[in-house]
Amino acid sequence: MAPAPQTDTAPFVADMILIRDHRDRQAFARLFAHFAPRVKGFLMKSGTEAGVAEDCAQDVMVTVWNKAHLFDPSRASVATWVFTIARNRRIDLARRDRRPEPEDLGWGPEPEAAQDDTVVLQQETEQLAEALASLPDRQRELIEKCYFGDLSHREIADVTGLPLGTIKSRIRLALDKLRHAMG
Amino acid sequence: MPWGDGMTIKHHLTENLLMGYAAGTLPEAFNLVVASHVSMCDTCRAALESYEALGGAVLESRGVDLADDGLAACLARLDDAPVADRPAPVRPVPGALPAPLRDYIGGDIDAIRWRPVGGGVKQAILPTSDAASARLLFIPAGAAVPDHGHRGMELTMVLQGAFADETDHFGRGDVEIADEELEHTPVADIGADCICLAATDAPLRFRSLIPRLLQPFLKI
Ligand SMILES: [Zn+2]
Repeated sequence: MAPAPQTDTAPFVADMILIRDHRDRQAFARLFAHFAPRVKGFLMKSGTEAGVAEDCAQDVMVTVWNKAHLFDPSRASVATWVFTIARNRRIDLARRDRRPEPEDLGWGPEPEAAQDDTVVLQQETEQLAEALASLPDRQRELIEKCYFGDLSHREIADVTGLPLGTIKSRIRLALDKLRHAMG
Repeated sequence: MPWGDGMTIKHHLTENLLMGYAAGTLPEAFNLVVASHVSMCDTCRAALESYEALGGAVLESRGVDLADDGLAACLARLDDAPVADRPAPVRPVPGALPAPLRDYIGGDIDAIRWRPVGGGVKQAILPTSDAASARLLFIPAGAAVPDHGHRGMELTMVLQGAFADETDHFGRGDVEIADEELEHTPVADIGADCICLAATDAPLRFRSLIPRLLQPFLKI
């Protein structure tokens, strides 16, 4: 398939495809420069000591390389996907509560994953990040605390004011297409 | 396997549980219920993935400086073998139970090691962290689970058959979420034995004497 054009609305998707199809180390270096500091920051905010967070950020980026073929741009942005890998690394690190994964849909990204679907999902994810950034500080900090593990399932933050419904509908359509393709 | 479309599922996970699972902060026993339900329900799978997108937005917001040689150290660990050689995800062999649950049981329904707890009701405790407990419940067709209330949060997901209580009717894939407010007596539908996955973050308390005596044996 032709590499997706690198656009502002689909950051790093083209790099992921270069990594997947061509094992492109320059594309990886670009991803590393952007995400490794953020993964380290995420792990430190989650209570991980700086040295360990640095090592784990590297582990996460190696996993990005190794699992590039599992990335599906019609269902997740690169940031979303990196987040799930970082989250799983943090769970492993804590060695407390295992987190079983849902049954796999058993279907990698469609070879001809509709470009339109990908672009729209990536745009909507970008809008979600902007909406999060523009929330009042207190509300935004509560949401961040959830993801850093500072709030339990009984204290989960209120997410009103975020366009999550749009993304949910988009992903639901992508899942329907997958199910349909699987027969 | 014809699940996934969630057409027959009426009772879904709450936004709080989906967000907690996306954030990776739930007790293991609750993670197992969420993973099992999401395996059968694309509505909740899409909601879950949208909460993961929110996690991505949180991740994006800021970073911290790395050690100077971070990239070089990482590049040295990369393997250039083409990803085409790596195994693609395979769809799990269809079973009566969702795959994450089969992992905990070590097989499908016929591999469950039931222990009788009285009245034809049987249970099997699943190994999880002690932040919450998970067990499978077998309720014979038409039988009732003793009237009980909850000190914590209890999630009950139907895997086979169906049950009804004072609040509603729950079929395969449905999740009932009970808290301190709810005192209920689930009764299995007459048509088939009911098998549920139940997870709670506090011990149950039974209201009648006999079940209270049973409680130590129930280990909950
Ligand atoms: Zn659902």
